[in-house]
Amino acid sequence: MADSGSEYIAVIGNTDLTPSESENNLKNTMVEKGTSLLKKMEISVAEAEKRTGKNAVNMQETYTVYLIETRPVDAASEGTNPVPDSLWRRYSEFEQLRNYLLVTYPFLVVPPLPEKRAEFVWHKLSADNMDPDFVERRRVGLENFLLRVASHPDLSTDKIFYSFLTEENGWKETVFETGFQAKADSRLKALNATFRVKNPDKRFAEMKHYGDELQSVISQLLRVRARAADRLYGVYKVHGNYGRVFSEWSAIEKEMGDGLQSAGHHMDAYAASVDDILEEEEHYADQLKEYLFYADALRAVCRKHELTQYELEMAAQDLTSKKQQREELATGTIRTFSLKGMTSKLFGQETPEQREAKLKMLETQIEEGEELVKERNGECEEFVKSAWVDIERFKEQKDHDLREALISYAIMQISMCKKGIQVWNNAKECFSKM
Amino acid sequence: MSGSVVDNTVSSGNSSAAIPTDISGQILDLDEDDDLEVFSKDTTLTDGSSFNASMQTSPASMINQYKFEEDADTKDIFVTVDNPESHVTAIETYITYRVMTKTTRSEFDSSEFEVRRRYQDFLWLKGRLEEAHPTLIVHPLPEKFVVKGMVERFNEDFIETRRRALHRFLNKIAEHPIFSSSEDFKIFLTAASGELTSHKKQGPGFLSRMGDTVKAVAAAVRGVRNRPQEFTEMQEYVEAFSQKISSLDKVTQRIVREQKEYLEELKECGPTYALWSQSEEELAEPLKNVAGCVDRCCKETEEQVKNLSDQLIPVLHEYVLCADTLKAVLRRRDNIQADFEAKTEALATKKADRDTMRDDLDKAEDRLEWANNALKSDWTRWQKVMRTDLRSAFVDTAERNVSYYEKCLAVWESFLHSQRTDAEGNGKVDFS
Repeated sequence: MADSGSEYIAVIGNTDLTPSESENNLKNTMVEKGTSLLKKMEISVAEAEKRTGKNAVNMQETYTVYLIETRPVDAASEGTNPVPDSLWRRYSEFEQLRNYLLVTYPFLVVPPLPEKRAEFVWHKLSADNMDPDFVERRRVGLENFLLRVASHPDLSTDKIFYSFLTEENGWKETVFETGFQAKADSRLKALNATFRVKNPDKRFAEMKHYGDELQSVISQLLRVRARAADRLYGVYKVHGNYGRVFSEWSAIEKEMGDGLQSAGHHMDAYAASVDDILEEEEHYADQLKEYLFYADALRAVCRKHELTQYELEMAAQDLTSKKQQREELATGTIRTFSLKGMTSKLFGQETPEQREAKLKMLETQIEEGEELVKERNGECEEFVKSAWVDIERFKEQKDHDLREALISYAIMQISMCKKGIQVWNNAKECFSKM
Repeated sequence: MSGSVVDNTVSSGNSSAAIPTDISGQILDLDEDDDLEVFSKDTTLTDGSSFNASMQTSPASMINQYKFEEDADTKDIFVTVDNPESHVTAIETYITYRVMTKTTRSEFDSSEFEVRRRYQDFLWLKGRLEEAHPTLIVHPLPEKFVVKGMVERFNEDFIETRRRALHRFLNKIAEHPIFSSSEDFKIFLTAASGELTSHKKQGPGFLSRMGDTVKAVAAAVRGVRNRPQEFTEMQEYVEAFSQKISSLDKVTQRIVREQKEYLEELKECGPTYALWSQSEEELAEPLKNVAGCVDRCCKETEEQVKNLSDQLIPVLHEYVLCADTLKAVLRRRDNIQADFEAKTEALATKKADRDTMRDDLDKAEDRLEWANNALKSDWTRWQKVMRTDLRSAFVDTAERNVSYYEKCLAVWESFLHSQRTDAEGNGKVDFS
């Protein structure tokens, strides 16, 4: 984001940041603080808990709930630390909120939720939704989602969003009452528009294509990365065997014993160090995943444009055909085929009264049609304008965030190399004492 | 170097050509050996004839001759093995290596020699040294084929690995106080091919070898009764050492395998980042940069794997073979003792031929004492050498790993640096 005046903060649920974490902003990408909501309140998803209860079909189920904490900004900065307001929400409620936002603001690139199911896992990570590591990463992802929405100039002002954060009870009813489900475009409708639209804005067509490419390449990257992580794990862990054998060997040696034994310890340390390394890499993967899902949101906006453009084109087409009919009727020439025309040829001309009535009807329809076209044109233009603004905003955010992600990846690699250097230098010293 | 006392007798060709079973598996390869040597079950070789009149000194005084200060500074012989070449004849194809020697020793006619030798010749030399000194420890030769990998004999890597091992083998011989003065060693280093062939044929005859075989089998069956504690301890050590070093060999091979698989995956990362950069504008440069970094790290990883395979694994492997050599040496010593014990018993029970038997017994006793002392000295020596070899192999490996990580570190730091100067230049994010 080019505005160098705004502050950048990394708001992270767990405030116990190690120096390297705060330096790297590993857990979250940066979020702009400039907008109104975040100026007023701090938002975090502080905890996760397991609950059991009866679901809609009266069956026992276990699910996880997340604690959303909000706290007025002023109080915190004054030094007093009041208890934050908090409420618990399930993942499905977050999904509802997002669906509402998608329908209500189709011209905005709506921030994505963390993945529903663990994908692109390497073998050590579990794909189980109940797994504590998964739950923790989801907690962080949900917080990131809320912060993204809260920092968006338009989304942050939404009342439903505000009550999601503050009203524990009755939120579900409130959001239901907005009737947003009804407003959602059917997939069939959207697909139809995509195929049939004639003149979509070129920029949107390009953006859609970009969204496709982004999704494809990030998926590939995540897959490759997961496989490499798996292999790296193996390499480090096998070194643990050195530790064991050195230790056993040192038992039968006299002068070599000490050197071997201590070298063995370092080999064990080396083998153990891979766990931290790969955990850090998971955060990088999460940053990539966010943009994988963002690509989808971007494409949704482009599809909506195609839909509005298509509807405009349909209305315009309809208007044109009606105008033509009027012309034919007025001049008596039949240029286009019409059933009425055929029947009148076959069964005789209409009476002048009938013609008059028809003309009048057409005029009304044309008037309505012109209104509709004007309306749809307005909608289309409005959509294109607002959407393009948000797309530009999104582009800048994406460029910034992904660059930061690459940098933090490099920092991770450097940290891994430094650990390696240390361990092997220590081992070397022990070996030279053999 | 003195110690030539023993060698003079050996080169007279009186000793049998018996070679113990344990290494026969390695060298019994009918493809490469033209002359089929009979490998007897065991070696009670050096029969009394080795101890002829020229050797009046007592076993005790001989020990002193084995204890040589190992001064690298006083090294007076340098041997290299290089330049493998392939030779094709009607019957076979084989590789020869150039063996170059530079020495200031007086017993050599000249100061520089260059000859060509094939693997068979090395085998022959090893056999001769073992015959002459059954309880001394001869460094192992590289194996014939790598069975697991089914490596083709004339594969470049295989030849290079073998060449290095042959080089190490000759140098170990040259550094050994006794072996380096061996006449066979001298001939190996200096004789022209024709000369070597005829010298090789001067072994004892087939029948005498058979006679020794029978004796050897008998001795082995008898078994040793009163093995001195120190040799039992040695055997226990060797068993344990053999297991440990084999484990290390396996672990290292596993590490190489895992590294190779990691490398395969890593190789796909760089191109993916590069592909991504093609869809981007602002991000194109950092993405291309990352792609380059990943590719460079791949190269470093590749080299690290190669180093591990080329440096550490061969050394570990040699010591796996050494452990087998040690076991053989201990077995031979046991058999010499068993022979002595048998003869002692015989003297006690039999009435006839007492004079010849007493003679035999004395010789057997001398032989035993000599064997024990030789083994003890060489054992101490071997342990020092093993310690040095393995220590430097592991130190080397650790150094290479440090260097690998340092290189990767530099790669990523240069990326960071480029992003910093970029960002600060564009007035974007402040990195402080």
